[in-house]
Amino acid sequence: MDPVRASAREIARAVNAGEVSAAEIADTMIPHVAAVDEHLGAYLTLTPDLMRAHARRIDERVAAGEVLPLAGVPAAIKDNMCLLGTRTTCASRILEEWIAPYTATAVERLLAAGALPIGKTNMDEFAMGSSGENSALGKTRNPYDLDRVPGGSSAGSAAAVGGLAATISTGSDTGGSIREPAAFCNVVGFKPTYGRVSRYGLIAFASSLDQIGPFGRSVEDVALAYDAMGGHDPMDATSVDRPFEPAAGHLREDLRGVRIGIVKEFTTADLAPDVAAAYEAAYADLAKLGAELVEVELPTAKYGLSTYYLIAPAECSSNLARFDGVRYGLRVDGADVGEMYEKTRAAGFGPEVKRRILIGTYALSSGYYDAYYVKAQKARTRIADDYRRAFAKCDVIASPAASSPAFTFNAKSDPYSMYLMDYYTIPVSLAGLPSLSVPCGSALPEGGSRAMPLGLQLASPLFTERALLGYAHAYERATMHAAKLAPVQVVTS
Amino acid sequence: MATERIDVRGVARLARLALSDDEIERYGAQLEDLLQHVDDLKQLDTSDVPATAQVIESRNVMRPDVIVPCLAHAAVMAGAPQPQHGFFRVPKIIAEVE
Repeated sequence: MDPVRASAREIARAVNAGEVSAAEIADTMIPHVAAVDEHLGAYLTLTPDLMRAHARRIDERVAAGEVLPLAGVPAAIKDNMCLLGTRTTCASRILEEWIAPYTATAVERLLAAGALPIGKTNMDEFAMGSSGENSALGKTRNPYDLDRVPGGSSAGSAAAVGGLAATISTGSDTGGSIREPAAFCNVVGFKPTYGRVSRYGLIAFASSLDQIGPFGRSVEDVALAYDAMGGHDPMDATSVDRPFEPAAGHLREDLRGVRIGIVKEFTTADLAPDVAAAYEAAYADLAKLGAELVEVELPTAKYGLSTYYLIAPAECSSNLARFDGVRYGLRVDGADVGEMYEKTRAAGFGPEVKRRILIGTYALSSGYYDAYYVKAQKARTRIADDYRRAFAKCDVIASPAASSPAFTFNAKSDPYSMYLMDYYTIPVSLAGLPSLSVPCGSALPEGGSRAMPLGLQLASPLFTERALLGYAHAYERATMHAAKLAPVQVVTS
Repeated sequence: MATERIDVRGVARLARLALSDDEIERYGAQLEDLLQHVDDLKQLDTSDVPATAQVIESRNVMRPDVIVPCLAHAAVMAGAPQPQHGFFRVPKIIAEVE
């Protein structure tokens, strides 16, 4: 078994069977990841000592007779999730030197299930962005074309898994930050229902939308990681206290009897011709697997972007008020406390974060609150209602995950053109639905020399994660699109 | 609602962000551009529609009123930019009255 290419399931099986030790996996992965990451830039911090220490503990537990679902599986952690004793930066100058004093619940659970922490991954600063370019601390490249972006905000987590520098990883998704980079990097990325995975230890961006979820190279690996991370946590008052249905081992092989909604308003006419053709082929493949395709209407989905770009910045302006130079992170001295706040935040935040804080502060300010914030919250109700109506006619909705394949660096200099990347993911987030992106083919991007991956977004009703992963699994097994592309070979091994 | 000029300096003051004149100019233009885009929400009828703050039905969560372990004081203070005697040191907040 080659731990660089193996699935999480294969690695865990081999470690649990005593065929290979977690320590040996760590010994293979540590130099491999260091070499690959010279070119990829997926990681902000590598944690080889911690990985070895965890590997020893996993080997002891397996020797004592425990069977661990993720035994010895190399895992990358997005750098907005706390990991005790490790730098946790949100890819921001304001937290550049901050060491987490505790571990996030989702990360803790992943490690308890046997995963080995490789390091912390790069991201758009405070998870605000769709390309990874808003990181203040590094540049992550797309493993399928190093001149293109990996997507964002979970840039490094998607690039690491797609570039064979991790087996699984954690991401967070507010408006598409797991699904869009998954599509760009030829991996599966899964955002569970809002409230399904604890956010204790996740540095908040927009609290009514943020959700943690996994990346993997197969639906099955994503299901294993989700099963480990999910479930109620008393430390997060918004985590949902209802029975958790594990998904791994319950994934279906066909789509017989499944009604798949194709959204009337999401016409493929807006997409580049070969991108549109790939999605039309994906829908046809779903039908070939036995699914019934039904047209559904989401007339308010087109208001998703406007709704999101009022609600998310409003919540961000409130959440990021805590970065004031007093309790953690950067401080720039000033003549008085007000000047200290203003200078610290000016020096610590990058342009996109400042932009969103300004939008949010404006939308929440006296005289504008009803016209913007409350209006957006009402629009959100209409959008969620549309999905409820659509799910009366279908079990799951299929659409593109992003409006194009990965683009080149600096291609989206106008902020709004970047926001448009998340046109298909944002309405789903506003409705809180479980959703994922699964590889569905490729297209040659404008001016590109390599075919770049595309992702099919599937979204299903609240708390139907097991069914959703099952549909994706059946599609993946039948099409095997991910295997048709290979990442750029950056090291000879 | 998006036609008037935005007092970016005033918004920045509320947000506790020191901005240069260049930034005021740039962010001001981008903010106005975004507000023009979100103006499409006016076309969406939301009369008699309740606002959604959270998509999952949630209720207040209480825990038993018992002391449980929490982070060690030293671990928390280790991340502070200017700790002093176990406290967060800040510039003087209370002005002297003359």
